[in-house]
Amino acid sequence: MSEINERIRDGSVRVVTAEEMPYLVDELGTGGAVREVDVVTTGTFGAMCSSGLFLNTGHSDPPIKISKAWLNNVEAYGGIAAVDLFLGATQPSEDRGNEYGGAHVMEDLVSGREVELRAQGVVTDCYPRSELETTLRLDDFNQAIMVNPRNAYQRYAAATNSTERTLHTYMGTLLPRYGNVSYSGAGSLSPIPNDPDFEYIGVGTRIFLCGGQGQIIGSGTQHLPQNGFATLMVKGDLKEMNSEFLRGATFQDYGPSLYVGLGVPIPVLNEGIAKKTAVRDADIETEIVDYGVPRRARPAVRRVNYEELYSGVVDIDGSEVKTSALSSRHVARKVASALSDSIRRGEFLLTAASEPLSRVGRNSPVRQTKEFLLVGDVMSCEVVTVREEISIKEAARMIVGGTFDHLPVVSADERLIGMVTAWDISKAVASDKTSHISEMMTRKVFIASPDEPLELAARKLHHHRISALPVVDKDHRVIGMLTSDHLSRLYGRRRSP
Amino acid sequence: MKLMLHVSPGIVRKPIVSSVILETKALINIERAKVDAVSGEIVVDVDLDKCSEVKRAFEDRGVRVVLLENPIIKDDDECVHCGACISICPTGTFRFEGSEVVADAGRCVQCASCITACPQRALRLVLK
Ligand code: SF4
Ligand code: SF4
Repeated sequence: MSEINERIRDGSVRVVTAEEMPYLVDELGTGGAVREVDVVTTGTFGAMCSSGLFLNTGHSDPPIKISKAWLNNVEAYGGIAAVDLFLGATQPSEDRGNEYGGAHVMEDLVSGREVELRAQGVVTDCYPRSELETTLRLDDFNQAIMVNPRNAYQRYAAATNSTERTLHTYMGTLLPRYGNVSYSGAGSLSPIPNDPDFEYIGVGTRIFLCGGQGQIIGSGTQHLPQNGFATLMVKGDLKEMNSEFLRGATFQDYGPSLYVGLGVPIPVLNEGIAKKTAVRDADIETEIVDYGVPRRARPAVRRVNYEELYSGVVDIDGSEVKTSALSSRHVARKVASALSDSIRRGEFLLTAASEPLSRVGRNSPVRQTKEFLLVGDVMSCEVVTVREEISIKEAARMIVGGTFDHLPVVSADERLIGMVTAWDISKAVASDKTSHISEMMTRKVFIASPDEPLELAARKLHHHRISALPVVDKDHRVIGMLTSDHLSRLYGRRRSP
Repeated sequence: MKLMLHVSPGIVRKPIVSSVILETKALINIERAKVDAVSGEIVVDVDLDKCSEVKRAFEDRGVRVVLLENPIIKDDDECVHCGACISICPTGTFRFEGSEVVADAGRCVQCASCITACPQRALRLVLK
């Protein structure tokens, strides 16, 4: 590696981007590539929510011990010493909501714009001041250090939506009925897929971060390399950064996020590394998952590789679905080429890691110790179902004689096929047109499952303005009923001692 | 060429589009329509050579007609070429040219879906 740094210093270094490398290896073989190439540059530019900024404002006169602070009305955490703050990228502003957040403050600072600082202090003998308001530019801060707990995901699941309504998520707008697929990541240009075994990447590795030079300071939060989901924790000096590679963004009805440009140079030290940096889009696989299922474990619809995602359409159950990215391949390429340029100019030297990144990590669900009710805990199990052959009169009699206003309609093998309500029956009687429930039942029935959190089922009732959900098992057989009555009774019971 | 028709109260219940088609014999494609009891907004697509004739025919019937020459604007300083707008647009306004996203504004029917889908807030409708 010191030889490569020598060549960087004397300007003879040979650099290619991770997109060019596969072709070179095809042509020259791995041995030839080791002889011909010194460094492969990678790059990614996408939304990295887990990002933030440590700021030191300097002391005022009289001095203040800041407890709460806002920058352009975005709250920054003030519980660190007297004038250190931490601004999180996804924190929304108090006046403009999601349209402006911590990420936008960072972009404003990098672009040289002024930001308003408002702070409240805890009065002590040594910090007598209680309030501070001032206007600051990036230069006015003593330090502005970006520290991102989780960046540069090795790969990320793509998103789609099976439900009937448009979803607004951190994976962007997802159109109903598998209307589109949204994905993120830079494919073969992404840093970690080019060094998946961390032969070079480690603690202390110098990287390109938003236009400046930064460091990897460890593995990121939720780092799970054993499953192919490694992440990096990185740091860099905001004062060196450039708004071409750092952008505030807003995901509709979700919140602000920061687009981070990150690139890692990988020295081609041996044939093994040459082979790994020759990775192609088609070699990097991920899953398309259904964000229509609002649970932690979202079901996978299919596996897919980045070449397919980049092609603009993928096949889901026989139909062509359009794909589009949230991350930018265009800017990712700029990251890799800007990094290549600064290496060629001799401004960017490679560093040996002071410690390897861990090969196993942990990303377990939170331990939920407070009461967490499921639909199955609350639903009624005595549910009367009917077959579609019965007459309206019979159905009416069952509703009058029973306790529900809703009758789930089932097929001969007990599967749910529709639903009839007291209201449907009155309508049918009034119009005098139909005589069998098969002609008037609702066939598109919203359902719940017994292991679904109650909160989600309640949201379904509210969202679709309905008052009951049949609860079905995995074979679509009705096993219970959840009504808005259950919810109001539950709420009433919980509130009264 | 796309025309935005503003249909005012009083005439909204009349079969305006059909009568214009019969009169001008132009092929008119209705791309988007939002009509309620009192007024309406309709975007139609007409061949260039019939455009002024169709426009006049609508105006004769009391409809305010605006040519949608540039219905949507993409701010290239803000755009990062992610492509999120591409799969959202029902009329295929956006596409990749190399790795950059370009807009064919003439296709836009001002449905507004892409406005909120763009994470950089780089898209804006030109409202007339
Ligand atoms: S969604 Fe916005 S930022 Fe992304 S390509 Fe379209 S206009 Fe550009
Ligand atoms: S408003 Fe946007 S999404 Fe709608 S048609 Fe125009 S370009 Fe396409």
